Amino acid sequence: MTAPAIANAALDDATAVSAHPAQEPVRATRDSRPLRLITCGSVDDGKSTLIGRLLWDTKAVKEDQAATLQRDSNGKQNDLGLPDFALLLDGLQAEREQGITIDVAYRYFSTDKRSFIVADTPGHEQYTRNMATGASTADLAVLLVDARVGLLEQTRRHATIATLMGIRQFVLAVNKIDLTNYDRARFEQISHEFKELALSLGVRQVTAIPVSALKGENVVYDGSGSMPWYDGPTLIEVLELATTRSAQTVGFRLPVQRVSRPGESFRGYQGTVAGGSVKPGDSVVILPSGMVANVTKIVTFDLVRNAAVAGDAITLVLDRQVDVSRGDMIAAIDSQPMTGLAFDAQLVALQPEGIQPGKRYWLKSGSRRQRVQVQPASQLDLKTGKWNHADELPMNAIGKVHLFFDEQAIFDAYEQNRTTGAFILIDPDTNNTVAGGMITAKRAALGGIHAEESRVILSLPADLADQLMATELFAGRREDVEVRRVNAGKAAEIIDAIDG
Amino acid sequence: MPHNLPETELHNPQSTKPPLDPHLKALENEAIHIFREVAAEFERPVMLYSIGKDSSVLLHLARKAFYPGRVPFPLLHIDTGWKFQEMIAFRDEMVEKYDLDLVVHTNPRGAAENVTPFSHGSALYTDIMKTEALRQALDAGQYDAAFGGARRDEEASRAKERIYSFRTPDHRWDPRNQRPELWNIYNGMIRKGESVRAFPLSNWTEVDIWRYIQAEEIPIVPLYFAKKRPIVERDGMMILAEDPRLELLPGEAKREEVIRFRTLGCFPLTGAIRSGATTLNDIISELETATVSERQGRAIDRDQSGSMEKKKREGYF
Ligand SMILES: Nc1nc2c(ncn2[C@@H]2O[C@H](COP(=O)(O)OP(=O)(O)OP(=O)(O)O)[C@@H](O)[C@H]2O)c(=O)[nH]1
Ligand SMILES: [Mg+2]
Repeated sequence: MTAPAIANAALDDATAVSAHPAQEPVRATRDSRPLRLITCGSVDDGKSTLIGRLLWDTKAVKEDQAATLQRDSNGKQNDLGLPDFALLLDGLQAEREQGITIDVAYRYFSTDKRSFIVADTPGHEQYTRNMATGASTADLAVLLVDARVGLLEQTRRHATIATLMGIRQFVLAVNKIDLTNYDRARFEQISHEFKELALSLGVRQVTAIPVSALKGENVVYDGSGSMPWYDGPTLIEVLELATTRSAQTVGFRLPVQRVSRPGESFRGYQGTVAGGSVKPGDSVVILPSGMVANVTKIVTFDLVRNAAVAGDAITLVLDRQVDVSRGDMIAAIDSQPMTGLAFDAQLVALQPEGIQPGKRYWLKSGSRRQRVQVQPASQLDLKTGKWNHADELPMNAIGKVHLFFDEQAIFDAYEQNRTTGAFILIDPDTNNTVAGGMITAKRAALGGIHAEESRVILSLPADLADQLMATELFAGRREDVEVRRVNAGKAAEIIDAIDG
Repeated sequence: MPHNLPETELHNPQSTKPPLDPHLKALENEAIHIFREVAAEFERPVMLYSIGKDSSVLLHLARKAFYPGRVPFPLLHIDTGWKFQEMIAFRDEMVEKYDLDLVVHTNPRGAAENVTPFSHGSALYTDIMKTEALRQALDAGQYDAAFGGARRDEEASRAKERIYSFRTPDHRWDPRNQRPELWNIYNGMIRKGESVRAFPLSNWTEVDIWRYIQAEEIPIVPLYFAKKRPIVERDGMMILAEDPRLELLPGEAKREEVIRFRTLGCFPLTGAIRSGATTLNDIISELETATVSERQGRAIDRDQSGSMEKKKREGYF
């Protein structure tokens, strides 16, 4: 279907849209987990319109909902006579009045190939916390850019937050391409700029697509009628082929949610497996106490199971009386998480008060909630991509911090385990969630020293060291570095001791 | 110690039911996780039980979550006095069969003033007999957390709601200022008087509910299955005509039709659909080709766009 033909497919004539010859979406077979995706990008770039269009073209909009949409679009119709697809997402009164998205909307749709959970997030900087909410669970991000405007600071912020939260697959939707007269050079320029940004964030998997969300070009139906120069996939084709987040790589983890004691004879530990797998007979360690036990049974409502894997909600029975309570972690004895009183993390500050140095927050990770003191170290400058020294983090800042606990904390690095490496901070004064964070490493007692095997000790002539320390790269990571000035003899002594 | 067990070996050979498909399994796991988290973090949780299909799934999941223990909180039914008779019978049967604690509440003011859907109109009636009644019951029980079976795919303002949805002491929802909710880490910290509504079925769709009911053999109210029933047509809806309190208006006539219900609420406000679906298989295939959404049959949702949000802000579930 060509663009004008789609444009003519008015709402009350829904059959005109469904008469498209190629793809007649059928129900998903559901033999796999759904793909979780978000839309993100700056204000008004067309995120909600794009998802609305996706729902529309995959027939996820029912007749009565279409009639409501038509009624609500009245008077707000664009020159093309198309409904305001964003209204399918912007369901709050305040959003409709202002024509913006305030909070995430979750929607569900499917094609014949798979099912999808999509979170449409707001573009306004003020509501970055709601974008982060959507990003935390996503497998893929569709980042929108207005073809007329190009990349903005907010585009960079969203791309960065999405990457920090572990998203490694991006679709760059260069939207409103219809308003540039389908300008190929413009599309290529923006794609190039974004790919550079993505590379600097460590993301390799980027598909750039020229899109008109409003007209539905290259969303579900291809836009070759108006963009013969583009021969890549449509958005839905990319989504159908995307991968869900791969399984966690570390050993067995069970954050204990509650202890079940229905009678004298039964004592089980209930929780959701957050990594690895478990079977009867396995030896496990209870953290933070360090006590050891063996698994005797995995109990579920559907009889006793002979194994459980990551994601399963189970009840575990151990072979001996050990002290286990909510917030403890039962873990594989031969592949344990890190425990300690100090960790390094990256976080996004989500509330107007920002993150204050020295303030004691509640930290919740899995089922464990404990007191923490947060010491900001640096903040990401979105314009330059550099980490600058920071003593506190304002709202929406992306920062590196040190965490200091009163009691033992238990984590994996977020890169290794998205469940046991993630946490939120809660302000004890307001009870509000003020940050979302990702553990990078455990901090040893000596400031600045990180996890095993991640450090190098160099012994350099002082003048060479001074030159190195003057470079930009060094300045950006000053707080990660431990520098001692010693004489040559002392240096040899230290290094010999390590090798010895 | 990764075991890399093949998928099939993970299932107990003694179990008669085939394993759930991964999609439903993931939804079930998520719901159980939420149930356990709320039960552990709050002092006085309660589960809203409306007797419909979503409530039936919710109850089944609660039983699974706390097995081999009992469901560690009561069920709360807000009885408007205008529910389908079969719903009340079904409710009492479930309570008996599964050894549950049930609290039933009817708004005494509404009952005294004889507030009915006929005399007061659907909006005011819902406000008094459902929203106000719910607030009364939650206050009386001093519940600090209430489970509900709402799904995000039901309606545009629901699509915006968190899994832990914070409420002020007067039960208000502020959709513009929801707490961020990252990963599956839920913030259950509240002050005295405040509460949280928890929605374990947030990410389920209507088809998921039916497919799960089928896979898990969950009992539901028979009104969901097609049968010849007496009806009367009113305001473009087919209303069940078996309760003697339903007075026929001039020009109305009772007749029999093969019908069923896609959602269940108060009988005078719930429209039936013409359907021959007598089995779960029939219902699922009917749904997969359905061209209208499930809330279409509900009078209270049709008043205006945003009417659900308005009701929710005031404390409706
Ligand atoms: N011509 C044209 N207009 C578009 C296109 N996509 C979106 N728009 C219009 O751009 C405006 C903003 O669209 P939205 O979808 O609300 O933007 P958004 O990115 O969701 O905005 P926020 O969520 O508030 O950040 C609306 O008026 C849309 O109709 C497009 O492809 N072409
Ligand atoms: Mg939007």
